[in-house]
Amino acid sequence: MSTQNRYVVAPTVTVLAVMKGRLSGAIKGHALLKKKADALTLRFRQILKKIVQTKQEMGKTMRASAFAYTEARYAAGDFKHTVFDSVEGASVKVAASQDNVAGVKIPKFERLGNGGETKMNLTGLGAGGQQIQTCRKAYLKATDLLIELASLQTAFLTLDEAIKTTNRRVNALDNVVRPKLENTIAYIKGELDELEREEFFRLKKVQSKKKRDADLLQKEKEASGANDHSKVANGGPAAPADGFMGSVKKAASNLLDAVGADEDIVF
Amino acid sequence: MAAPGPEGSLMAIIGDEDTVTGFMLAGVGNVDLRKKSNYLVVNEKTTVKQIEDTFKEFVNREDIAIVLINQQHASMIRHVVDSYKKPIPAVLEIPSKEHPYDPTQDSILSRVKLMFGAEMGM
Repeated sequence: MSTQNRYVVAPTVTVLAVMKGRLSGAIKGHALLKKKADALTLRFRQILKKIVQTKQEMGKTMRASAFAYTEARYAAGDFKHTVFDSVEGASVKVAASQDNVAGVKIPKFERLGNGGETKMNLTGLGAGGQQIQTCRKAYLKATDLLIELASLQTAFLTLDEAIKTTNRRVNALDNVVRPKLENTIAYIKGELDELEREEFFRLKKVQSKKKRDADLLQKEKEASGANDHSKVANGGPAAPADGFMGSVKKAASNLLDAVGADEDIVF
Repeated sequence: MAAPGPEGSLMAIIGDEDTVTGFMLAGVGNVDLRKKSNYLVVNEKTTVKQIEDTFKEFVNREDIAIVLINQQHASMIRHVVDSYKKPIPAVLEIPSKEHPYDPTQDSILSRVKLMFGAEMGM
């Protein structure tokens, strides 16, 4: 029903103009948001593909790194205590920058520092240094890949959220705001038409009343003109008025009879 | 959101000894002035509660941008990992030496697959 799903407004021309403005705004906004959602989805799909690729690649790289680690251990003995002891500040860090897709900010990670010039360099100086450095490089490579994967994953989550919000807005505009505005406009238009018809009817009524009054006046004049010469002494208006009232009374009693017969009339 | 700062953010690692050693060797490890480290070595003495607490601590730390966790340890606290929804820090599940990578267990990858559906063809 149109009365339920619309704004409660006074049905005037001004409000109608406002509502029309809002409707065109809603339609434009819907089109723009739809475009945004499309752009986001496009990017989202690219990222999805990349994530799957990178995850699989990560599996391989991690395997390679683990193998390099085993090699290093074989060559250099158990060196993990040396490694844990020499941990101080991180030489490999992550810098977060922002990427912008259709107004959605996506964090992006990059590696900072090459992780080379630390005490780790000296690990295994006694034996197996070569293997340990290879292992270090393998893990550094894995780190790079993981950072890339982290970027993709963050982008994935952010975009997912953004797409959901955008779609929700698109649907809200399409399914809630637009019908509501359209209903309101229809209501205002109907109401304005109704007012116009009322006005027209009133004018016609006034016109017919005026015409009737004019007719009566005419008749009265004619009647008074006819009686003029016979009842000069009695004073003119009484006699014709009497005749007129008599006819009215007769009509009224007719009307009352009709009322008595008509069962639809309540009063 | 992690405050990047000019010096960048850290990566945190939860994993078995070998995995953590490898990443330490690459220069990821960090121990700050208060002797707070950005890694947790999980061995047979580590309790699930400990892993869970450390994971929660890492994802709530401002200076950490990426949390790496071995897949078998992520599976131990699966409910916590799955309920973690924030984009930053990013939580990555990595394979370890003893446990090869199982893509079906990865919470992100399973979501990706779900969304990609038939298009993936995998």
